[in-house]
Amino acid sequence: MRRIISVLLENEPGALSRVVGLFSQRNYNIETLTVAPTEDPTLSRLTVTTTGSDKVIEQITKQLNKLIEVVKLVDLTEGAHIERELMLIKLKATGAQRAEIKRTVDIFRGQIVDVTSAIYTVQLVGDSDKLDAFIQAVGTGGVLEVVRSGVSGIARGEKVLSL
Amino acid sequence: MELLSGADMLIRSLEDEGVEYIYGYPGGAALHIYDALFRQDKVKHILVRHEQAAVHMADGYARATGKPGTVLVTSGPGATNTITGIATAFMDSIPMVVLCGQVMTHLIGEDAFQETDMIGVSRPVVKHNMSVRHPSEIPEIIRKAYYIASTGRPGPVVVDIPKDMTTPNERYEYHFPAKVKLRSYNPVVRGHAGQIKKAVDMLLAAKRPMIYAGGGVILGKASDQLRELVQMLGYPITNTLMGIGCYPATDKQHLGWLGMHGTYESNMAMHHADLILAIGARFDDRVTNATEKFCPGARIIHIDIDPASISKTIEADVPIVGPVDSVLKEMISLVKEAKAKPDAGALAAWWKQIDEWRAFHGMRYQTSDDVIKPQEVVEAVWRITQGDAFVTSDVGQHQMFAAQYYKFDKPNRWINSGGLGTMGFGLPAAMGIKLNFPEEEVVCFTGEGSIQMNIQELSTCKQYNLPVKIVNLNNQALGMVKQWQDMNYEARHSQSYMESLPDFIKLAEAYGHVGIRIDRKEDLEPKLREAFAMKDKLVFLDIYVDRFEHVYPMQVPRGAMKDMWLSKTERV
Repeated sequence: MRRIISVLLENEPGALSRVVGLFSQRNYNIETLTVAPTEDPTLSRLTVTTTGSDKVIEQITKQLNKLIEVVKLVDLTEGAHIERELMLIKLKATGAQRAEIKRTVDIFRGQIVDVTSAIYTVQLVGDSDKLDAFIQAVGTGGVLEVVRSGVSGIARGEKVLSL
Repeated sequence: MELLSGADMLIRSLEDEGVEYIYGYPGGAALHIYDALFRQDKVKHILVRHEQAAVHMADGYARATGKPGTVLVTSGPGATNTITGIATAFMDSIPMVVLCGQVMTHLIGEDAFQETDMIGVSRPVVKHNMSVRHPSEIPEIIRKAYYIASTGRPGPVVVDIPKDMTTPNERYEYHFPAKVKLRSYNPVVRGHAGQIKKAVDMLLAAKRPMIYAGGGVILGKASDQLRELVQMLGYPITNTLMGIGCYPATDKQHLGWLGMHGTYESNMAMHHADLILAIGARFDDRVTNATEKFCPGARIIHIDIDPASISKTIEADVPIVGPVDSVLKEMISLVKEAKAKPDAGALAAWWKQIDEWRAFHGMRYQTSDDVIKPQEVVEAVWRITQGDAFVTSDVGQHQMFAAQYYKFDKPNRWINSGGLGTMGFGLPAAMGIKLNFPEEEVVCFTGEGSIQMNIQELSTCKQYNLPVKIVNLNNQALGMVKQWQDMNYEARHSQSYMESLPDFIKLAEAYGHVGIRIDRKEDLEPKLREAFAMKDKLVFLDIYVDRFEHVYPMQVPRGAMKDMWLSKTERV
């Protein structure tokens, strides 16, 4: 099952490599990974999406917690949560395609953020399924380049991951 | 306030931390530190002949005392040579601090001479590692390193020290912190009271209970509590290879150790138990055999300081995260208060069954009139040292024989590389112990394969006068490899023979020690006694033993606990 694990990490050199190292060392799988400092500059927030049985996920969270630089973590998928990913995608946009792509971008509530005579660069935000669906809708034939940020997530309601 | 250089602060911090000995080897990036060592006499340095041995010496000391060992090496090859030692300590949760020199900060990343990314290289085999980024941080980093290494589930900590951090040209105020606090590291100090209560109720209601104790009991200094609980309940107990000595081996409730080469009665009792109380053990693959066939009728209570050890391979019914000593103490008082008592009838029937298993096999081997059996060497050493020596071991058949036939009644006396299985561990570990316990008998069981992996340390033994007794069970082959080849590869002995063995007697003598060869059965006991009478000499006993002996019992691969070979021809 796919899980989103959110981690508060000491913002120190080497801390990220410890997290990444743990995944490869213990044969866990990383699908996406995002990391950036929080409003407290001593802390980074890291979001990792992974898949595995409940037993594997339990081990992942326990092993992550053992890392000295991991301050706190939560498995967002255990409760209601919001999940977002940003995609920048460069599409071939010539002739009749141009209008069609524009329409599709509007349907997906994306934005065209750069234009040339032959290319649209589109920005799209949503959960990962939505981004997948957009690529499918425009058809892979016209896709020139895709950049995805990986998943960021936050719990719904009053739950907060902080110190 | 005193102003000290980084190097002086480092050594002063070690002194304030209570470090008496450090084990190491100098080199360019560590020279400021070695100069600081030279200018004081509180912290003593032991010069080894290879950095791996420094780590095993520190490790031996840590296993015998429970206190963290300390290693000092230079950058690059000095640091990488410690990796096997660090991994050995990591797998067995041994507290240790390894101080590594590093090239100067401005050279890091430039492939400078003797530069290695030690933080990166050591990461998978340390509990934690840290780099010094400013000399003034050194006291706090050292305090943190020892704190992390020795609390919670212990383990090795590496501190990487760029050369410019220790320069004599910069001085800073020295202040050694009395305490350190890390917001992200808070080891559990007590088990969950509700879980402990539940565990005690289950324990008292069990019909076929089995207590399975591991190295965590020794690391957690809980042998006394374990003995009290086990004797109060009257239940059978087994322990892991790492747990040897946590409960007296000569006591009748002790069934010997369990797992791949454990006793028949321990493995049978585990398989048929209805309740297993696992204490500071981690259900390692060398214990459980095939996990899906593991102890089918047992409910499991698992006490461990490390939550990640619980339900990692075998699901626990009642997990208890906490220090084993305090959890056992609470269990003892609950058992005392409890109205329920163990079911005497069920327990008697269980013991009757166990005694039948014991009578069926126990520990036995076929003796011979003409060749020396490795097992009888171990038994003779046990008699001669009155079962009270510190015994280190290398890895292989001799390790299993030593663990099976030397009966340990005290914790911290059986010193071996259980998790990583590091050949070359035994001699340096014995040296670390002898240095710190000069009055105690220290024996290293080894084989002609393992001993040659750190044989150069005979030189260190000479320099520091470390009269350990090396018992080389010489079967002229890599015995355990050969045993597996006999059993699984139709006796194709691929690379498992040791041809061109050195003359170990001359070799020992060349290093200034005593060498004794034993190849006749009638010489065994007298020559061993002669060797052990030489209190102030390192004696290398080269004992020619049966080349064809196998270690039994041996669990059948992918079977249950109960599936074992008991000899070359008997399988149950």
